[in-house]
Amino acid sequence: MSAQMIQRRTFLAGLSGLVLVASVSRIAKAADAAKYGADGMPHGWRDDPLTFVAIGEDGLVTVVVHRSEMGQGIRTGLPIVIADELEADWSKVRVTQAPGDEEKFGNQDTDGSRSMRHHFDPMRRVGAAARTMLEEAAAASWGVPVTSVRAVNHEIIHEQSGRRLGYGALARAAAKLPVPARESLRLKNPAQFRYIGKENIPLLDGDDIYHGRAQYGIDTRVDGMLYAVVARSPVFGGKVARFDAAAAQAIPGVVKVLEIPGTPGPALFAPLNGVAIVAEDTWIAMKARQALQIEWNDGPHGTYDSAAYRTELEEAARKPGKVLREAGDVDATMSKAARKVEAEYYLPHLAHATMEPPSAAARIVDGNCEVWAPTQAPQATRENVAKRLGLPVDKVTVHVTLLGGGFGRKSKPDFATEAAFLSQQMGGRPVKVVWTRDDDLHHDYFHTVSVEHLQAGLDAQGKTTAWLHRSVAPTIVSTFAPDPQHEAPFEAGMGLINVPFNVPNMRIENPAAVAHTRIGWFRSVSNVPHAFAVQSFVAELAAAAGRDHRDFLLDLIGPPRRIDPSALKDSWNHGESPLRYPVDTGRLRRVIETVTREAGWGRKLPKGQGLGLAAHYSFVSYVAAVVAVEVSADGKIVIPRVDIAFDCGPQVYPDRIRSQLEGAVIMGVSLATLGEITFKNGRSQQDNFNTYQVTRMAEAPRDIRVHLLPATDWSMPLGGVGEPGLPPIAPALCNAIYAATNKRIRQLPIGEQLAT
Amino acid sequence: MQLTINGARIDVAATDDTPLLWVLRDRLGMTGTKFGCGMALCGACTVHVDGVATRACITPISVLAGKKIVTIEGIGATPQGKALQTAWSKVNVAQCGYCQSGQIMSAAALLAKTPKPSDSDIDSAMTGNICRCGTYPRIRAAIKQAAAGLEKKA
Repeated sequence: MSAQMIQRRTFLAGLSGLVLVASVSRIAKAADAAKYGADGMPHGWRDDPLTFVAIGEDGLVTVVVHRSEMGQGIRTGLPIVIADELEADWSKVRVTQAPGDEEKFGNQDTDGSRSMRHHFDPMRRVGAAARTMLEEAAAASWGVPVTSVRAVNHEIIHEQSGRRLGYGALARAAAKLPVPARESLRLKNPAQFRYIGKENIPLLDGDDIYHGRAQYGIDTRVDGMLYAVVARSPVFGGKVARFDAAAAQAIPGVVKVLEIPGTPGPALFAPLNGVAIVAEDTWIAMKARQALQIEWNDGPHGTYDSAAYRTELEEAARKPGKVLREAGDVDATMSKAARKVEAEYYLPHLAHATMEPPSAAARIVDGNCEVWAPTQAPQATRENVAKRLGLPVDKVTVHVTLLGGGFGRKSKPDFATEAAFLSQQMGGRPVKVVWTRDDDLHHDYFHTVSVEHLQAGLDAQGKTTAWLHRSVAPTIVSTFAPDPQHEAPFEAGMGLINVPFNVPNMRIENPAAVAHTRIGWFRSVSNVPHAFAVQSFVAELAAAAGRDHRDFLLDLIGPPRRIDPSALKDSWNHGESPLRYPVDTGRLRRVIETVTREAGWGRKLPKGQGLGLAAHYSFVSYVAAVVAVEVSADGKIVIPRVDIAFDCGPQVYPDRIRSQLEGAVIMGVSLATLGEITFKNGRSQQDNFNTYQVTRMAEAPRDIRVHLLPATDWSMPLGGVGEPGLPPIAPALCNAIYAATNKRIRQLPIGEQLAT
Repeated sequence: MQLTINGARIDVAATDDTPLLWVLRDRLGMTGTKFGCGMALCGACTVHVDGVATRACITPISVLAGKKIVTIEGIGATPQGKALQTAWSKVNVAQCGYCQSGQIMSAAALLAKTPKPSDSDIDSAMTGNICRCGTYPRIRAAIKQAAAGLEKKA
C-alpha cells in the first residue's frame, strides 16, 4: 500500500474531501480508466535494459534494483530474474540500488507485497532484451545471421564455426544497438530456467551484512556531517508552546538548537513539530535533548486514552453501522436460527519497531539536495523533501540505502524530510537525524486499533445460515484527509468484505471511528484484525456446532470456485484485475488441506496441548497455518511447531519465500503474545523493548515447517509474499490455545490472560 | 584516550561518558555495530570486551582503557567468527540483516566458551538479541552448523 494507491483508490470510489498530496500527474493518472497490477501504480513499470543492466568490459553484470531492500530479498530476487533471461553467469552478477526516480525506473513504492508480483515480467524482458543485444552484436561481428548464434552462460556461441565471445568483449558494441521491440523478445522456456525457482542462491548482500560492511540509512557518513535528534510533540497534533535551549546549548559539541515547525491538518508524511539538537555526534545530541526545557500545547488529541477509546469502539460495534456488503436477509435468518453465536474481538495499536529506527541524512550543495534514506517510498521521499525545501523535484536526489526493517513504517518518509529541513537550516551542511527507540515508539504511524463484532446463526444441523461482521477501526485515510471515519475500500478489501464463505445471508458493517494518532500501514495492514476475528470466530462456531474445525471451515468455504471480487463488493482486490486474480476457493481449500495433513491434524495430544488452524487470503496469495501449543498449568505458552502452507503461484526465489513465511510466523507470534501500544493523555506509553516487548529467541517457535504449493505453470499470475503469512498466525495460535485449554482469547495481546 | 579495537590502538577524541557505540559509529566510522535501543535491551550493538559479549550502547569508553575490543569488522579473524560468518552465509540467515552483526557477536562469544552448545545454551546466549524479521530458527541452525564445522577442524 502506498499513499498514491490510497489516493487512487479513494478517488475511484468517489470519496470527496480528500487532501491530495500527490503531484498533478499522479492525480491525472488516477482519473484514467481502471488499470490493474503494475499498470495501476503511479509510473507503472519500465523494462528498458539500458536502465536496469550494465555490463563492463570485464564481463561483470551490474543489475539496478529499483525496489527497496528491507529483508524480503528483492536485491537478490530481481537480479535472479534478469540474470536468468540474460543467460548470465551468476558469479559475475552484482547489484546496485536505483535512486528515487519513477519516471526512469517505474513505480518504486516497496509495499503491498508487490515487488516481484509486478516486476517479474518486466525484468524478464530486461534480461531477454539485453541478451538479444549481445547476440546481435556477436552475430554482426562474425557476419553471421543472428539466428545462428545463442547465449550460453555469459558467452555468445556460433556453433557452426565454434566461435565464441564473452559478454565483456561484446558489451560496448551491444550497448550501441537499438533496444529490440518488446514483442520481438524471446523469453526462456521455464524448463530452461537456471536461477528462477532454484535453491541454494545466497543473498548478494549476505557477506557485507555478516562482516559489518552493509550500509543502512543510519550508517550514512558524509564529510562534515552533523548529527541530530529531535524532541517531538508527545501528542499527535501538539505544538511547541515555548522552549528554553540554554542548558542544551551549553553542552560542548552542541552546534545548534532549533525548532522544526509542524504543518496543520492531516499528518501526511510531514515532520512533526519539535525541537532539534544538532551536534558533533549522536551521543552529544541525545544528552542535550535531555537538557531541553519544552512546554507543549497538546491540542485536541491530548486526552486520547486507549482504554476509554476501546469502550467507544465497543459501543459503536454493538450498533448498526455503514453497510459495506449485504446478501440475503441476515436479521430474519438470525432470528430463526437454531443457535446464535456472538463474539467480540479487540486488537490494540502496534508499533513497527524496525530494528533500525527511522534515520536519514541530507546535504544541500548549490541548490541540489541529496538525501540518504532507508525508504520504502523513494519517489514520495523525493517529492516531500522538494516540497518542504521549496525545490523543484529534479533538484532532489534520494539515495536509497538498505532498510533495517520496514514493515510499512518506512513508507512514510517524515524522517527524511526532517534531515533535509535541518540541512537547509544549517546552510546545506550534511545532517543525519537519528530516531531513538523511544522516538520510534512514541511517534510511529501506528497500526490501527480495532473492535471486531461478529454474530452468526446456525441451523439445527450446525450449518451457518447467517453472518454479521462489524469492524470498527480508525482508518489510514485519516493520515491523509481530514476526519474520515470509515474504512477505505483497500482496508475493507483486506479480509473483511471479501471473505469467500458460502453463507446465503451475510452483512458486513463498518460503524464510524475517529483517529487520534497517526495511523499507518503495518505489515498485512487490516488483514491482521480481520483475519484474527474471522478465523477465531469460525473456530468458535465449529465448537458451538460440535464439529471438527477444519471440516467446518472447509464447509463454510464451500466447493472450489472462482469468485469475482466484485460479487463480494470488493472494488479493490489488492489493485489486481478481477479476471486474472479472482478469489479461488479451490486454492484456499488446498492450503488448508495441505497444512492440516502435514501438521497431523486430528492426532491425539496430551492434556494442555493443542493444534489450532487458521486460513486467510490476502495480497492475492493463499495461506493456512497450524500452530501447535503447550500451555502449562500456570498459563505459560510454548510453541514447539508451526506448519504453514502457502500458495503464491509461481515461486521465483523459494528460499526467500520460506524466509518471509518464517518471519511472518514469528512476527505473528510476537503480536499475538506481546504486542501492544497504549495511550494515556495522548501519549504512547511504551518507551523501549522493555515495555514494548517483541518475541525473542527463547520464545520463538523452534520448528517452522513451510509447505510451498507448486504452481501449475509459469503463466499463472504471481501472488504477494511479504505480507500474507502474517494474518493467520494469531488466530491459529489462539485456536490452539482453545484446543489445549478450552479458554478463548478474544483480545490481543494474550499477555497474562492465561495466568492462573 | 586510547582504545584497542580489532588489534589496533586508536586515539579517540570523545568525552569519557560517551558509550563505545557512538565512538565506533560517529567518531571512527565503524558502522557495523548497530544502534537499536540504547538500553542494552536488543543486542544490536554487541561487541566483545576481553572476549565477553558486551552491549556497546551502555558501555562508556572510560571503562575500556587497556581492554581488548573486538567488533563485527574484526570477528572474522577468530576461528569462531569466521565459522559463524560462513555458516550465516550458507544458511542464508539474514532478512533485513540489521541485527545480524550483534547476533554473530553474541554467537561468537557463546562458541568461544561453549563449543558444542545445546538448544538451551543457544537460548540463553542469544535471547538478548532481538531480530524483528524473525530469523531465529536460521540463527539457531547456523550456530549449530558453525559449531559442527569447528569441531571437525579441531
